[in-house]
Amino acid sequence: MDWLTTVDHKKIGILYLIAGGFFFGIGGIEAILIRLQLIKPMNDFVSAQVFNELITMHGTTMIFLGVMPVIFALMNAVIPLQIGARDVAFPFLNSLGFWTFLFGGVLLNLSWVMGGAPDAGWTAYTPLSSSTYSDSHGVDFYTIGLQIAGLGTLIGGINFLVTIITMRAPGMSYMRMPMFTWASFITSAMILFAFPAITVGLVLLSFDRILDANFFDVAAGGSPVLWQHIFWIFGHPEVYILILPAFGIISDVIPTFSRKRLFGYSSMVFATILIAFLGFMVWAHHMFTTGLGPVANALFSIATMLIAVPTGIKIFNWLFTMWGGQISFPTANLFAVGFIPTFVMGGVTGVMLASAPADYQYHDTYFVVAHFHYVIVGGLVFGLLSGLHYWWPKMFGRMLSEPIGKWTFWTFAIGFHLTFFVQHFLGLLGMQRRIVSYLPNQNFDTLNLISTIGALLMGVGILLFLYNIIITSKKPKNAKADPWEDGRTLEWSIPSPPPEYNFKQTPLVRGIDALWKEKMSGNKGMTPAEPVGSIHMPSPSILPFIMSLGLFIAGLGFMFSREGFNNSFMSFIFNNYLVLIVGLLITFGAMITRSLIDDPGYHIEPEDQEEEEKA
Amino acid sequence: MMKRWQALKRLLPLLAMFSLLLSGCGREDLSVLNPQGPVAEGQLGLITISISIMALVVVVVFVIAAYVLIKFRRKPGQNEVPVQVEGNHKLEIIWTAIPLLLVIVLAVPTIQKVFAYGEDKWNEEGVLQVEVTGHQFWWEFSYPQYDITTAQELLMPVDREVALRLRTADVLHSFWVPSLAGKTDTNPDGSINHMSLSTGNPGTYIGKCAELCGQSHGYMEFRVKAVEAEQFDAWVEAFKAPAVLPEDSQLAEKFRTNCLSCHAVGDQGGFLGPNLTGIGSRETIAGILLNDINGAKGSSPVKDNLVQWLSEPQEVKPGNTMPDPKELGFSDEEIEQIADYLANYKLDY
Repeated sequence: MDWLTTVDHKKIGILYLIAGGFFFGIGGIEAILIRLQLIKPMNDFVSAQVFNELITMHGTTMIFLGVMPVIFALMNAVIPLQIGARDVAFPFLNSLGFWTFLFGGVLLNLSWVMGGAPDAGWTAYTPLSSSTYSDSHGVDFYTIGLQIAGLGTLIGGINFLVTIITMRAPGMSYMRMPMFTWASFITSAMILFAFPAITVGLVLLSFDRILDANFFDVAAGGSPVLWQHIFWIFGHPEVYILILPAFGIISDVIPTFSRKRLFGYSSMVFATILIAFLGFMVWAHHMFTTGLGPVANALFSIATMLIAVPTGIKIFNWLFTMWGGQISFPTANLFAVGFIPTFVMGGVTGVMLASAPADYQYHDTYFVVAHFHYVIVGGLVFGLLSGLHYWWPKMFGRMLSEPIGKWTFWTFAIGFHLTFFVQHFLGLLGMQRRIVSYLPNQNFDTLNLISTIGALLMGVGILLFLYNIIITSKKPKNAKADPWEDGRTLEWSIPSPPPEYNFKQTPLVRGIDALWKEKMSGNKGMTPAEPVGSIHMPSPSILPFIMSLGLFIAGLGFMFSREGFNNSFMSFIFNNYLVLIVGLLITFGAMITRSLIDDPGYHIEPEDQEEEEKA
Repeated sequence: MMKRWQALKRLLPLLAMFSLLLSGCGREDLSVLNPQGPVAEGQLGLITISISIMALVVVVVFVIAAYVLIKFRRKPGQNEVPVQVEGNHKLEIIWTAIPLLLVIVLAVPTIQKVFAYGEDKWNEEGVLQVEVTGHQFWWEFSYPQYDITTAQELLMPVDREVALRLRTADVLHSFWVPSLAGKTDTNPDGSINHMSLSTGNPGTYIGKCAELCGQSHGYMEFRVKAVEAEQFDAWVEAFKAPAVLPEDSQLAEKFRTNCLSCHAVGDQGGFLGPNLTGIGSRETIAGILLNDINGAKGSSPVKDNLVQWLSEPQEVKPGNTMPDPKELGFSDEEIEQIADYLANYKLDY
């Protein structure tokens, strides 16, 4: 119950981690099934229909329900600590964001047991995703599940924007913020601009499917290419929404374990902003073969290639951060250091793809599959695993086991390269993506076998990480405030895990890498910026959970509003929109309750603070 | 400084070897790396330039990373605090400028080729016009200059440029013949995409659908067959000859009422399904059952493939719209006879 009502950013971070980890596991199982189907030519392990459902759900789950929540988990767990805040700006909304994401994700995955998962690819291109060509409820689950989950992301993004703008500790100017905070700040801004696009797209598509609207129906004057524009004007920035936090993590981890400040801090900030800006300008590079014409293709080619410049700045800055430092290699840093070459390999194939005439050959082949997995797995998942190992003691007060961590890294990294490196060649040899099977003797057989073996090895790596978490959870909570001993940023100045109110006294920030600066001046900790006093905390609330539950019910009601049930009761409640109405009433009722009840929160007095410190 | 140049000298042959290795890869009828026509050659050229630049970048990063990781490991007992370097404007400008230069090197040929391949050659003199229509899950090829419509096999004369107009009858598809040219989508919104290809080498090239289009997306293969000009003319003539129907009149009637409502042979039949004229001389049945015409590995006699296809069309291509012949009232024996008839329906060219 405590967990259903919490509004504490640290607990919500843990909730995000558990839920994200759960969906990541589902997406991973889907990936393994896909690879098992492709282990040999003309395999009949799964049917063509199930295969299309697997690829659709793998992509959708991993992007929206797997890695995004884990990013949010780290953002929740770390950002208020890094900027010296006691919580996020809107704790209630933070909880609402989590629950809408969870219910949206659950709704989407219910499709597996409720008559067929979505099967039109994670991009859901129309007309394949229209009710004419995809007549199960799969794509309805996709549009409505993602709509609800997307609300959560948008709420979270806005919350972090406001938090970072308004709640920084005294002295923490923008140009003194840790890179992870910076990256999350820019990511949140991208969410603010990108998610409305997918929201609109999903509304249009669900109206087309459920209410017979004609936005994408050619016969009625609609345009399927419009869907591609809407999807990618969200979809491309989304890739940067994913990767920028990883950049942030790497920029925090590498300096810590090199015992050196980040090289070229201001150019890092500038590069991050530039990447975000360019990220919005290049969506049509997913559509080079759509036939937009040479002028559009040329412009989007050049714009895309330009992203290499700020990204290159970042890579060299990381390398020169380590230059002249004293590098140690705990698991967190292994993943961070492993990130650099892996991400570079994903980045350079990105520049190759940017060249439109060459992309006519790469597009929709395994070359692309290899490229984006190098970026998303080799970049983002490496970054997340680095961040999780790094901040685990701060989140849970326990150190993950280093020996198991090293095994995790090596199995995962080797499995990763085995899986995806050969896929570049598969693409160039003529294997298109999203195919359920392939004829023998096309030079695809061996490479696919290698790829599948690699995927299994990656699975072993993830299981090791899981095992590490389980045995760690049984150890005593004895992590030090600054367990890596070279912590540079504010989160390492308070106990692990932090008390409910984070900072007993808001710290005074005197420079970049605030804690490191104090250490170098010979101080034991941060200088407080305020006297000890009573701390105001928000009350826990079940309302976010109820609001999201209402949306979940309304979603189901909307989805099945046209369904012909055998059961007359079911037909009655669904076809008369009763379920939809009840769901919305629950949500709005909870909103009204929230508005009418004046909840002043509560205070933690100084004497209670001391008790908590002892405990 | 000297040392760096030496490293580069050592790298260059490596790069050259790398690109050679790449161009020798894969089947010549399928691989992007083994182009058989000018368009695919131009695209491979671009790919080679970009791979070379990118390999250089990767090598430089790897060398710096390896050096840093080995040289600056924290040694036991090392406790003094390293110098906290803020940055270096000169270096930062250098690694902004170098990627910019590399991008420009790649951008120039990219733009040239974008416009070269974007040209619509449909109305140019001497080109062979072919209208391509994607269907779930087969391809229709129409030759307006010759008033011919065929399916699954695009026949073209060598050394003659083929101008293609692409459209779709249902969902998005993407037309791709890796060894001849990159892919182009077929859009359902009435807009027609165009592309062109040509080859100097007679032979058969494998084509694929590259855009997810439903259950049998992976099985939506086709062939592009380049033949000598005289052969092409002979094919056109043979194709336009009156239809040959099964000899047995009862079977012919059954074929006409059941099959020809969708399929066409010669001058008879409908246009919902693939045209069957001369199907016995095609290299595949349904795009993925290989006929043993060229002795390809894993192939079977045309008739066996037809029997397989006619007995269980949903097994071969899940989700296709062909009705099951058995449900239409064909017995196993009749399927056998139809397969025999179709297998022997060959065009002389």
